[in-house]
Amino acid sequence: MSAEFYGLHGLSWIDLLRLAGHFAVLSLLAVGGAITSASDMQRYLVVERGWIDPLQFNASIAIAQAAPGPNILFVALLGWSVAGPLGLLATMVGIMGPSSVLTFVIGRLRHARQDALPVRAFSVGLAPLTIGLLIATGWVLALPSRDHPFALLLVPATALFMLKTARSPLWMIAVGALVGALGGA
Amino acid sequence: MTAASVAEPELRQPRSKTELFTAFTWLALQGFGGVLAVAQRELVERLRWLNKEQFVELLSLSQVLPGPNIINLALMFGDRHFGWRGAVVATGGLLAAPLVIVLVLAALYAQFSSVPQVAGALRGMGAVAAGLVLSTALKLAPTLRRNAMGLWPSVAMMVVSAAAIGWLRWPLAWVVLGLGAAGYAWAWYRLSTTDSST
Repeated sequence: MSAEFYGLHGLSWIDLLRLAGHFAVLSLLAVGGAITSASDMQRYLVVERGWIDPLQFNASIAIAQAAPGPNILFVALLGWSVAGPLGLLATMVGIMGPSSVLTFVIGRLRHARQDALPVRAFSVGLAPLTIGLLIATGWVLALPSRDHPFALLLVPATALFMLKTARSPLWMIAVGALVGALGGA
Repeated sequence: MTAASVAEPELRQPRSKTELFTAFTWLALQGFGGVLAVAQRELVERLRWLNKEQFVELLSLSQVLPGPNIINLALMFGDRHFGWRGAVVATGGLLAAPLVIVLVLAALYAQFSSVPQVAGALRGMGAVAAGLVLSTALKLAPTLRRNAMGLWPSVAMMVVSAAAIGWLRWPLAWVVLGLGAAGYAWAWYRLSTTDSST
């Protein structure tokens, strides 16, 4: 592979640090998992910086959903799309670092009791925010489909499938791929 | 099996860091669309490294903390058995093999993204991903009825945060710190008044 492959892909070192820094902030804000902050990643990478386009962004999430393993790996793919291996390192260290250190420390403080008022207030007070962020992420992910009626139909169809059946989401991902490949999306 | 007559099976422990790594790799590779359900089946039912209560305790702590729940769970579990090295090994087990798979898939996609069928397939999968995320929101939304902050404040907070992030595209940091702090304070107030009245 070429030297460029391992290089910065047109970014400066400062850009790379900014990238890691942005994901490090999200790491502590992403209550309810990294997917809740996906809409902000889209805003930063696509709208503010213009490093990747909306379709690349959606492809990263779709590929990570279709593959086995923790969903957080879409963050690795985002970093990869921005700047190859170095980009991957920047986004993954950013998104994993701060939250992991915090978890490590709290995990060792066995006194972190989940029935203590400050802890309960945290999960109660942030629950509506978590759900709101999920709605925002779904909205942002659906946007590239707005000119494709069949693709747009897949959004409520998938939601219904997940609510009404106990089948694996992989079925819907396969349906989505098929509909798209046949030119419907 | 009758639950009453069977004593709780004895818990086991991971014997080595290698065993810890392989166990988490294996459960990650089975986890399509989320690893948590598989984690319960593997760690509690098959390996018997945790009983149900310990699993729930570890999980709720993982959920309150920022970061992916399953990663937080692996990290704390690994740390309890082999210290910080265990934390690294368990998290590494979760991520290493799936990362390789995801990168291979992404490379294949990049190779063929100019083929209209491939681009179309990915767009279709993207729409499905949107539906998946929305279905999670829809499944969680009814829990707001029992939220101690009250139904209307909770719904208002949900709508405002969704609009601020998804529609107005405000930076997440402002929204979480602003709305989050307000929600936290209100929840604290409501919980402390209900606690003291009972």
